[in-house]
Amino acid sequence: MAGEGSRAGLTREDAAYVARLARIELTEEELGTYARQLAVVLDHAAEIAALDTSGLVPTAHPLPLENVLRPDVVRPSVDREEVLAMAPAVEDQRFRVPRILGEPS
Amino acid sequence: MTAAVGRRGPALALAAAVRAGEVSAADVVEEHLAAIAGCDGELHAFLVVLADEARAAAAAVDRQVAAGEDPGPLAGVPIALKDNLCTRGIPTTCSSRILEGWKPPYDATVVERVRAAGAVAIGKTNLDEFAMGSSTENSAFGPTRNPHDPSRVPGGSSGGSAAAVASGMAPLALGSDTGGSIRQPAALCGVVGMKPTYGAVSRYGLVAFASSLDQIGPFARTVADAALLFDVIGGHDDRDSTSLDRPAPRCSSRLDDGVGGVRIGVLRELVEGEGMDPEVRGRIREAAEALAGAGASVEEVSVPELRYALPAYYLLAPAEASSNLARYDGVRYGLRVDGPDVGAMNAATRAAGFGPEVKRRIMLGTYALSAGYYDAYYGQAQKIRTLIIGALDSAYGRVDILLGATTPTTAFALGDKVDDPLAMYLNDVCTIPSNLAGHPAVSVPFGTDGLGLPVGAQLMAPALEEGLLFQVAAVLEGAAPALGLPRVAAATLGSGGRAGGEDS
Repeated sequence: MAGEGSRAGLTREDAAYVARLARIELTEEELGTYARQLAVVLDHAAEIAALDTSGLVPTAHPLPLENVLRPDVVRPSVDREEVLAMAPAVEDQRFRVPRILGEPS
Repeated sequence: MTAAVGRRGPALALAAAVRAGEVSAADVVEEHLAAIAGCDGELHAFLVVLADEARAAAAAVDRQVAAGEDPGPLAGVPIALKDNLCTRGIPTTCSSRILEGWKPPYDATVVERVRAAGAVAIGKTNLDEFAMGSSTENSAFGPTRNPHDPSRVPGGSSGGSAAAVASGMAPLALGSDTGGSIRQPAALCGVVGMKPTYGAVSRYGLVAFASSLDQIGPFARTVADAALLFDVIGGHDDRDSTSLDRPAPRCSSRLDDGVGGVRIGVLRELVEGEGMDPEVRGRIREAAEALAGAGASVEEVSVPELRYALPAYYLLAPAEASSNLARYDGVRYGLRVDGPDVGAMNAATRAAGFGPEVKRRIMLGTYALSAGYYDAYYGQAQKIRTLIIGALDSAYGRVDILLGATTPTTAFALGDKVDDPLAMYLNDVCTIPSNLAGHPAVSVPFGTDGLGLPVGAQLMAPALEEGLLFQVAAVLEGAAPALGLPRVAAATLGSGGRAGGEDS
């Protein structure tokens, strides 16, 4: 799936697919630009993609993280009115959004 | 060479004077508001100046002093806050249109802590959108300029905080550092900037970019002031589950301990590496000689694995960002652009709200995490992270502190790298290793290039060795050539006035 001008083989169609996954509406021009620029960065990353890392475990986090527990004490939370006041649309103390499911057929 | 003994910073001097009742916090605030009025038209370090709030906070500090109470170690000291730190009821934009006008319902822990220590929040500073960038040119509200040469960038992403401190508009500032966003602008603006150990400072209320890399840290004009601010913001916070269960740090007590017997490794990759400016290289060699002259044992160290840090970072950070920034969906806060259904609304909102670099990183991260590429890119980068941590650990078996450049070059011109993402990313090549490892590091000004632009020397230490880091930084600062006044600076900076530098 090597596209024109993209060294790591990222096509405009690939960019459109990634944009859909990322929920960002991109223009045709942006798709072309990002396909090209992402290919350059991924090309730079090719050096590590090719490295033999068979003996290494992945690090997700710099600290040896374990579950952190604290006593379950009731304490004040953020103010509901203050939170809702910042929402784009509110109805009956809830966030209001456009239709989620399609029209019933 | 100036002795480090007795060195005091402007914030320390101001706080001492306010606590002693020699100067009012109100006057200190007015002086800095005047500096902002005089400089910020040209620099654009601030997105919002909190004049009324700062005056009220200063008055409260003065009332405490009058009542015989101690307002705290930062009594009356103005502080600038990077605009990705949540401030209750005060706009917090992350320099993004998607959060324009949003007022957080709570304060970040660091904001609470500096206020509790008597500091006065004087404004919110400009940054690359969501802290993604190395020049502050990615701000939706326009770039910040370098006080030493306004045709050049201040670095980024905490460019506003660095410029505010360098120009004397604030003695202290807070920034965040994910891949160098405190140290790189500190180097380019000629101030001290420090990234703590991961988990040493609470991230509660820091708008997330890459959660396994982000840390909040101090900017100051002296090492002593930076250490003081770190002491104030550090220590456990049960609202951040990655916060280390440790008491507040006490680095300020280490500043006069010297470097006798300290083993310094000059990190070859951060001095001789590809793309390093020869003048920057020269200053770092001089810094190494200065430390040797002060009694440290200095040797060359090479960690060849560091060449993989940059490409690994530019997969890991965007991957984490693509996940963290999924929350900007137009539902609960910030911008909404309506659409026929939720999916269309999400996509239209994010298209309108995010700038080009944020979209680029989200795209890159989404790609690196997508089916078929996860193992090759994200998984592989995580393993490289392990490789780099191991390599640094081995180096710290031989030396206590690593020394190198903070940045490959001094400040570059605005517009120079905006169209070439990879060239921009290369600015972070020296700072990224500490983020990947979760280690602390500090940038200390050490001379200039031929144009008079500041050079930053970077000291790196193993996890939780901030005390040693500041101890060595204080010696380096004492040995550094005097830095000329920035071209754009508050009148008080040059006059030897209260906000103007060291008194001893």
